[in-house]
Amino acid sequence: MSQGFLKSSIGKKFVMGLTGLFLISFLVVHCFINCLIFFNDGGLTFNIGADFMAHNWLIRAGELVLFFGLIVHVIQALLLTLENKKARPIGYAKIDGAANSSWYSRSMGLLGTLLLMFLIIHLVHFWVKSRFTGLPGEDANGNENLYAVMQETFKMAWVVVLYALSMISLAYHLLHGFQSAFQTLGLNHKVYTPIIKKAGIAFSILIPFIFALMPILMFLGIIK
Amino acid sequence: MGSGHGTELNLTLKVWRQKNSKAAGSFETHQLTGISTDMSFLEMFDVLNEKLISEGKEAIAFDHDCREGICGMCSMYINGRPHGPKQGVTTCQLHMRSFKNGDTIVVEPWRSAAFPVIKDLAVDRSAFDRIIASGGYISVNTGNAQDANNILIPKTDADEAFGAAACIGCGACVAACKNSSAMLFVSAKVSQLALLPQGQVERKERVKKMVAAMDEEGFGNCTNTGACEAECPKGISLENIARMNRELMGATFK
Ligand code: HEM
Ligand code: SF4
Ligand code: FES
Repeated sequence: MSQGFLKSSIGKKFVMGLTGLFLISFLVVHCFINCLIFFNDGGLTFNIGADFMAHNWLIRAGELVLFFGLIVHVIQALLLTLENKKARPIGYAKIDGAANSSWYSRSMGLLGTLLLMFLIIHLVHFWVKSRFTGLPGEDANGNENLYAVMQETFKMAWVVVLYALSMISLAYHLLHGFQSAFQTLGLNHKVYTPIIKKAGIAFSILIPFIFALMPILMFLGIIK
Repeated sequence: MGSGHGTELNLTLKVWRQKNSKAAGSFETHQLTGISTDMSFLEMFDVLNEKLISEGKEAIAFDHDCREGICGMCSMYINGRPHGPKQGVTTCQLHMRSFKNGDTIVVEPWRSAAFPVIKDLAVDRSAFDRIIASGGYISVNTGNAQDANNILIPKTDADEAFGAAACIGCGACVAACKNSSAMLFVSAKVSQLALLPQGQVERKERVKKMVAAMDEEGFGNCTNTGACEAECPKGISLENIARMNRELMGATFK
């Protein structure tokens, strides 16, 4: 790999796009496992999945790669955003941004920062407990009871509101990011790009919506 | 009668004034009366400048040359958009019928670290020239021109190359971009040559050199907002940016 490429503006974006797509693939897996709560069986099925994820060495290794990918994405985002600020030291007095681009495409740094804050709180809620401080015992199947932690956490209204709002940030981050990553990687095609854009919109709405549904339904007691 | 002949506007103009590249600038307000809707935006500035000169004041410096949308010199950022409120036109092609009586119009220079203000609304776009000089050329044998059909080029390639070649180097893409990125301009220049047989000799070196020159000049990094494409007076497509990304990857990893 050429050093020059990764230092170039296009190379930096390339890293951003690859890590972004990698984080998207993680969202898919995470969402699938969490959907097990919709069996509404007191978390028995969900805990099977969670227990597997916690003890499979391949998944644990993947977790390290995931953290690495996220950190690279965040650091690169910070570098790019700072460089871009420097490229226009004196701003315009009047800007009509809406005339030529979407607000969320211009707010990826802000949306990303909101996501980062959410991720830290989210990790403290679940990951720290499941990996370090311990879970509240086992369920009827003898699996570690991560589900009980979810039930506890989503009793708090502020947590539910925070999660729902954060998923809106995620949706907008993806609405721009999904299709943007393909463009960055040079994948722009007369036939496929419109399909990628439509698939991106569907993905960006569906995944955050399903995620947001979980705390809301648990808070309302519909998922027990 | 509808819009058009005979209609006149009274306008408030807020114009950026700056003595030179070192000085700190500020806005100056002018009241204009009886501006014909048939005037171009630049002609409105001519009227204002004549008034300023007759009052013994200094005229407002702004770039212009062809006044017919082909040279790319005119460069005003009007009411928050490069080349003003209309899509697909340069400032010289913008007419006063695009404004309403009583409007306040804010006019600023292109804002980018790579385009320093020379004076008032005129900015130095020689960064673009240096990017072209770094690789935006082809090696040709000197001598008589060849027969046009000696080198056969597929129609689709010719069309795409022609589309990219329509770029007039105005810099509206940089002015519109929240990151001051020059990707649309550079990608148009890279694409135009990469698509044609004549451009193959320097193809890989060209994209590396031009991207390096672009980064060197202090333009920002593209985040694919698409503002450039939306504001480009020549309809240069984002496909060119994706192509340049591919070209650079191809030149690096092969
Ligand atoms: C699950 C979490 C995340 C996912 C799935 C994700 C996904 C993406 C994707 C696909 C892109 C588009 C890349 C491209 O245009 O090539 C992107 C861009 C970006 N991300 Fe994220 N991201 C996540 C978290 C974050 C976080 C935590 C931050 C910030 C601190 C962040 C900041 C940014 C920024 C600033 C961009 C814009 C860069 C650009 O458009 O070139 N992201 N993200
Ligand atoms: S790409 Fe369009 S906006 Fe940019 S310099 Fe060329 S003609 Fe002007
Ligand atoms: S003056 Fe030549 S394009 Fe406007």
